Amino acid sequence: MCLRKMPLWKTLLWKIARHLGAIAALVLLGGLISATLVRMAPGFDADERELDPSLSAESVRALHQSRAGEHNILSFYAAYLRGVIHGDLGTSHALGQPVRTLLRERWPVTVRVAGVGLLLAWLLASTLAFTACLWRRPAYEILGITVSGAFLCIPAAVLALLSVILNAPGYLAIALIVFPKIYRYSRNLLAKAYSLPHITAARARGLGEVRILAWHVLPVAGPQMIALAGITVSIALGASIPVEALCGLPGIGQLAWQAALSRDLPLLVNLTVLVTLVTLLANSGADVMNYMLRPREA
Amino acid sequence: MMGRRVFLRLLLSVAVVSLALASSSAFAQNGGELRFCLHSEPKTFDPVLVDDDASLSIRYLTGGVLVRSNRRTQELEPELAESWKVSNDGKQITFKLRHGITFSDGSPFSSEDVAFTMQRLMDPALHSSTGDAFRSGNGAVSSKIIAPDQVSITFPAPLAGLERLFDQVAIMSAHSPKKEAAVLGPFMVAEHKAGSSLLLRRNPNYWKKDSQGRRLPYLDSIRLDIQSNRDVEMLRFKRGELDLINVIDSDFFDRLAASSPGLAHDAGASLDSEFMWFNQGASAPIPEYKRAWFRSTNFRRAISQAINRDDLSRVVYNGHAQPGVGPVSPANKFWFNSKLKAEPYRPDAALQRLQADGFHLQNGSLFDKGGNAVEFSIVTNAGHKPRERTAVMIQQDLGKLGIKVNVVTLDFPSLIERISQKFNYEAAMLGFRNVDLDPNGQMNIWLSSAENHAWNPQQKSPETAWEAEIDRLMRAQASTTDPKKRKESFDRVQEIAAEQAPFIYLVNQNALSAVSSTVAGANPGILHPQTFWNAERLTLNPTTRASR
Amino acid sequence: MSSARTLACVVVLAVCAMSLGANWLAPAGYAQQFREAPSAPPSHKHLLGTDEIGRDRFARILYGTRISLLLAPAAALVSTVLAALVGGLAGYLGGIWLRLARAFTDLFLSLPWLFLLITVRALLPLNVSPLTSVLITFLILGLLGWAASARVLSTSAEALRNSDFILQARASGLRDPRLFFVHVLPNLKPVLYAQFWISIPVFILSEANLGILGLGVAEPLPSWGSLLRELEGLISFREEPWRLVPLLLLIVVLTSFQLLLSNEEVTA
Repeated sequence: MCLRKMPLWKTLLWKIARHLGAIAALVLLGGLISATLVRMAPGFDADERELDPSLSAESVRALHQSRAGEHNILSFYAAYLRGVIHGDLGTSHALGQPVRTLLRERWPVTVRVAGVGLLLAWLLASTLAFTACLWRRPAYEILGITVSGAFLCIPAAVLALLSVILNAPGYLAIALIVFPKIYRYSRNLLAKAYSLPHITAARARGLGEVRILAWHVLPVAGPQMIALAGITVSIALGASIPVEALCGLPGIGQLAWQAALSRDLPLLVNLTVLVTLVTLLANSGADVMNYMLRPREA
Repeated sequence: MMGRRVFLRLLLSVAVVSLALASSSAFAQNGGELRFCLHSEPKTFDPVLVDDDASLSIRYLTGGVLVRSNRRTQELEPELAESWKVSNDGKQITFKLRHGITFSDGSPFSSEDVAFTMQRLMDPALHSSTGDAFRSGNGAVSSKIIAPDQVSITFPAPLAGLERLFDQVAIMSAHSPKKEAAVLGPFMVAEHKAGSSLLLRRNPNYWKKDSQGRRLPYLDSIRLDIQSNRDVEMLRFKRGELDLINVIDSDFFDRLAASSPGLAHDAGASLDSEFMWFNQGASAPIPEYKRAWFRSTNFRRAISQAINRDDLSRVVYNGHAQPGVGPVSPANKFWFNSKLKAEPYRPDAALQRLQADGFHLQNGSLFDKGGNAVEFSIVTNAGHKPRERTAVMIQQDLGKLGIKVNVVTLDFPSLIERISQKFNYEAAMLGFRNVDLDPNGQMNIWLSSAENHAWNPQQKSPETAWEAEIDRLMRAQASTTDPKKRKESFDRVQEIAAEQAPFIYLVNQNALSAVSSTVAGANPGILHPQTFWNAERLTLNPTTRASR
Repeated sequence: MSSARTLACVVVLAVCAMSLGANWLAPAGYAQQFREAPSAPPSHKHLLGTDEIGRDRFARILYGTRISLLLAPAAALVSTVLAALVGGLAGYLGGIWLRLARAFTDLFLSLPWLFLLITVRALLPLNVSPLTSVLITFLILGLLGWAASARVLSTSAEALRNSDFILQARASGLRDPRLFFVHVLPNLKPVLYAQFWISIPVFILSEANLGILGLGVAEPLPSWGSLLRELEGLISFREEPWRLVPLLLLIVVLTSFQLLLSNEEVTA
């Protein structure tokens, strides 16, 4: 019996196109929801300058007027989308600059800091997890639990301050914040994979530890590790907010912090769209990779 | 004959060499880069639109003003204006300007620039807060150019403290193509890395010279890093990366004073105050019985008496604060009503006052005459550690009277919405950063019809007799230019404020700052900018300069 | 390993006993301000010194343990259950359910929940009781913290769905719910356990950050989170090393809990 199947590359292309379409729709939805959340939160209309007694009543009224265009969230979002088509992402209230310029100036910093931090975190966590698998000593296990627990318990702000005190680069703080989470997940996934019966059989047959790891454990734990890699991107982005703010790195995280404090709607919507896009791309990328790597049926 | 010529030549060469040596040693005292931090991104470089702290500091360093209020002596000094005269009716001021001054880009300075600046300042479309201080009445402000070095400005109604207001007006160029980038101050903005740092360079055309005729400023440049976290700022100061910090908190002050005594400066009581108040608004969404408490003078005075201000100064501010007395700090020598004293800590007298109003203690809790347990919340902004600690200490103090206080820390925008827009709060605690010595700056707080009349804003007509009296007195002090009459009126306002306690003043913090030993000539005071008010005369000691 | 487990057991029991007996061990209480001795170093009266307004740090740790170590694991449980339901179920059902769940989870991960929390605070009355405030805080944390691990769980569950033993179980007539709860869910334990143990310190710290929004534990109640945030003002740990004790204690307690409750499946 001959089954007619679509060639692999066509299936892949179709899958990618579907993913991209879904991503676009979700990003738009995410922008709208976040705009609504910001608008509904109390203090949206409030400006610090209202408390300044030297401002006259007209000036205070003018302050409120400047935000009038944002009161109706749907019309604001429609205007925003129209602007995006023309390449105009709006203007930030807090910083008085076009959002496009701000993002363009700052995203390299965040990509560098969060990117290197994430890679370092994976390196650290994988080394610990894999050596724990290969070595299998209880003392090592306890060490792993204690070290990762320690870094989970230290507040991100304290780690950031520590890196300032020790003149360490910002990406180190991000690595220390993110690696315990990666370690815990990957350690448990690997341990679970190791507990499968065919590992014992392979060991009995005399296969070396490294071969077992590469050929029998990784294929089982692999897909979940790849999915983990996808979500660690959004964890690293989240960690970059306090780290950038405290270490004085002019990146997207610092921008997000300022925007949240001052309820800067144009900036917040753009940042959410950006973060949603990155998260979706990372996770969809993980899904696609898992699809490509899964064993083919005959 | 030959010998004489040789001797003359020798003399000449000696003269030349010694002149060169003298000037190089003069240069040896100049130059270098001063470094400190701004706590937020400056929102604008347009001096007319300045409203936030960071932009204010930039304006101070780059803007040239007609008159300057000396931050230490509080006296007015001539700057761009050689002299000035205020007319008898207080509606007109005439300035005589200095000659030969140019902007940083070379364009000449004249009365046209002053007129242009005033016109821009008072432009209703720009809503300048500096300009709002000049709005004394309905009608336009007009400037008349009498001569290239003489200009007179006329206001629709008399303005109290008129000359002093010009300390905030940085003159802009009317004709220069560089617009606000052309400045008259000692420094000009050279580089701006958004979110990261700002570099100010010496203005080569700055007009001021020191007593020896040397051109100011001494410094080559000032680097301003944007760092909102105070802990990181103090860390960097300790490491020697920063030269000064304008305002430091008392914890760091004590640590610094212990390790390096000369670097920490306590300039005494500042103009700032911390205070709390109760929501007395008629339409506020709070229960009627609570509104009755807050509107009772006895209740407010009792609360004030039950708060231990000495403990607050000692514990929260490590002794670097004084108990608060009223709207004006004792540091404001002219305007402070010296007959007034801080409310002493008398919990027994407080209880008596409350009992006079029908409150009674039962099982350690206080109840009002309707049987309601006395419980209210104090909202304040989160992240301000001294304020949070103050609130917790007040919670314990009032707890001794059987009053249950809930401390609610909120983010600033939510707080502002509650206290200025929705009025759904019971008691609030904030601080007042006073930059102005003149009480005219507090008009919008004391007038019952104004928005900043925190406890009951925008009243159509004064709801209590004492608020009506304060309205009358504030208007009286604003309508005359006689300082004695103004002080009489405002002294009475302070007395009423002490009797009625609409604001319960807690402490006046001291002005604490840190100046590194690399800086010479600093004289930290209590008025902003505390440490660099004389930036054009600051120098760095030679070894530091060489290493930068 | 078993000696470590015994030690862990002792530690956990000791901590529980001390926190329950806080009334006797620290009679000063967590709220009383000893105003003559703010920021005092350790002494026989105050075993770990006092904080900036003179409250006994040892008492605050003991009382704070009650709240944080009871509610944080409860919130972690809530988020783990939610992750299992959304991620695991979606992965098991596959198809359109999986795609929808993944899209929902990804969106959930990206939204600025800060503003929802601010709105929640505004909806609560100002004079809310401390217990209500802290319960609501941890409930919200649990409801918001499931998204990341749900994503990983969906991949795990999807792999299981197509695995041999599930096909076999289905072939032998087992119905879906039983299949899910008895056969699929236990195999998701590694991720669920990881999620649970990570969430506890994360929630303890988040509770302190929520104090900025007016949520979290109300003054003068102590919480681990606020004790840990004290570390932020520390410029040099050498000057006041006793301020590190809450952090060390938390690490020790969490490690002990984990050692106690782990089994061979997750520690090979």
